[in-house]
Amino acid sequence: MSQPPIVEIDRVSFGYDATRRVLHDVTVRMPQGKVFAIMGQSGCGKTTLLRIIGGALRPTSGTARVLGADVASLGTAELYALRRKMGMLFQFGALFTDLSVYDNVAFPLREHTDLPAPVIRDLVLLKLEAVGLRGAANLRPSELSGGMARRVALARAIALDPKLIMYDEPFTALDPISLGVVARLIRRLNDSLGATSVVVTHDVAETLPFVDHVFFMADGRVVAEGPPGEVVRAAVPFVTQFVQGNVDGAVPFHFPAPTYATDLGLGAKA
Amino acid sequence: MSELRQPFQRLGRSVTERILRLGFAARFFAYMLVHSGTALRRFHLTIREIYFAGVLSLIIILVSGMFVGMVLALQGYETLQRYGSSEALGVLVALSLVRELGPVVAGLLFASRAGSAITAEIGLMKATEQIAAMEMMAVDPIARVVAPRFWAGVISMPLLAVLFSAMGIFGGYLVGVQLIGVDEGAFWSQMQASVDFRNDILNGVIKSVVFGIAVTWIAVFEGYDAQPTAEGVSSATTRTVVTSSLAILALDFVLTALMFTGGNAR
Repeated sequence: MSQPPIVEIDRVSFGYDATRRVLHDVTVRMPQGKVFAIMGQSGCGKTTLLRIIGGALRPTSGTARVLGADVASLGTAELYALRRKMGMLFQFGALFTDLSVYDNVAFPLREHTDLPAPVIRDLVLLKLEAVGLRGAANLRPSELSGGMARRVALARAIALDPKLIMYDEPFTALDPISLGVVARLIRRLNDSLGATSVVVTHDVAETLPFVDHVFFMADGRVVAEGPPGEVVRAAVPFVTQFVQGNVDGAVPFHFPAPTYATDLGLGAKA
Repeated sequence: MSELRQPFQRLGRSVTERILRLGFAARFFAYMLVHSGTALRRFHLTIREIYFAGVLSLIIILVSGMFVGMVLALQGYETLQRYGSSEALGVLVALSLVRELGPVVAGLLFASRAGSAITAEIGLMKATEQIAAMEMMAVDPIARVVAPRFWAGVISMPLLAVLFSAMGIFGGYLVGVQLIGVDEGAFWSQMQASVDFRNDILNGVIKSVVFGIAVTWIAVFEGYDAQPTAEGVSSATTRTVVTSSLAILALDFVLTALMFTGGNAR
């Protein structure tokens, strides 16, 4: 018997208000153990979808089931109980600037467990070793490069061995080396923890090679999905334009406007 | 017609928004009180904030207290000696400080030094997604970040006000007794005889506790409610200083009217 998906988004729509609909009838299923990417242009609704999965936003309609629970129906205590099984890496790491690297990684362990200090120390060093930053344990976040901060935040996100790890634009403003390191860590940590990962990004070149399944979103809708190779070969106009970075295509270069001739006052004469 | 209506619509919208924000601030305050268990149970979190809000405010509080006391002595002596009552200088300095200037000036300084820092810190935590990260880690930021800062402010404020008054009295002593030459025995004995513990000192402490609650509530709320941008945090910090200073002055009038009039008149 197959296991139920870790994330099950069923016909979800969402709008910040009645006039600004961000998601339209989105359906997404994410089984356990795989790395998923949600890709699309800025403002296409991918981060909103991630926030719905994390329970930070409630769908206007449809259901979002995560780890077997309908996130929209959960009270604060139940939602927090669910979030203990999740980890999230924010766009710029969101490390606590008043704590050292060590204390940042120890934070969730200290908040949610009664483990003695020596055990917490071993766990923190284990997580930092996994991201290659055990030697940076005593540094402050302000002393880290962007890539290092992202890796420390990743160590913090996996501190409680989550079943679901979410990444919000993990490659933003990283140099090529750091970008490659973070990409490999996402894959390796997902496999070693037996977790499910969701990566929201628009970085095509780094993401497609290491994910198992990709959802392409445009204008709040999933326009294509599947294993990266298959989706790219399917030649969906938006996907082709997005992957190849074409200036014009399914997403037009020009913002909708009257004809140029009309704006120049030549329309009437023509 | 619509042009005539517009200013009224704007006024109505502005008033409605302010009332809604006031309601949100009240709910925020109630939620913070209910979720203060962490701040009190894990008291080291609150102690840490007492260091940042209270201990680091000591220099400005002590130096200001000293100068206020010295100026009070100079001005007070100038007036009292005209009526041959310069021995009452100690009473004037002490009563002015413990009843009014201690709580009020320490409160204003606390709002500028610690209140603004609390707002900026929480606002920046919000702008850099630290608050959101905490929520995603299933940690309630109001219980973990806001409540310890609130209680630290409430505890620090009366202690700072007492130290302000003590330094002010010492400053008054230095100028009145050591510099001008008012009789030392008269300075202290008249002060002891005229300053009542319950009516003067305790009421001053009550005032400073109320100011501490008001200033820190405003500071944590403005930080938590700040727009998560550089401009938003800057505006929230300014609002904290302005709103809490006005709140201190308004509350001082109300508390003085309740404490020092009617049956308490001497």
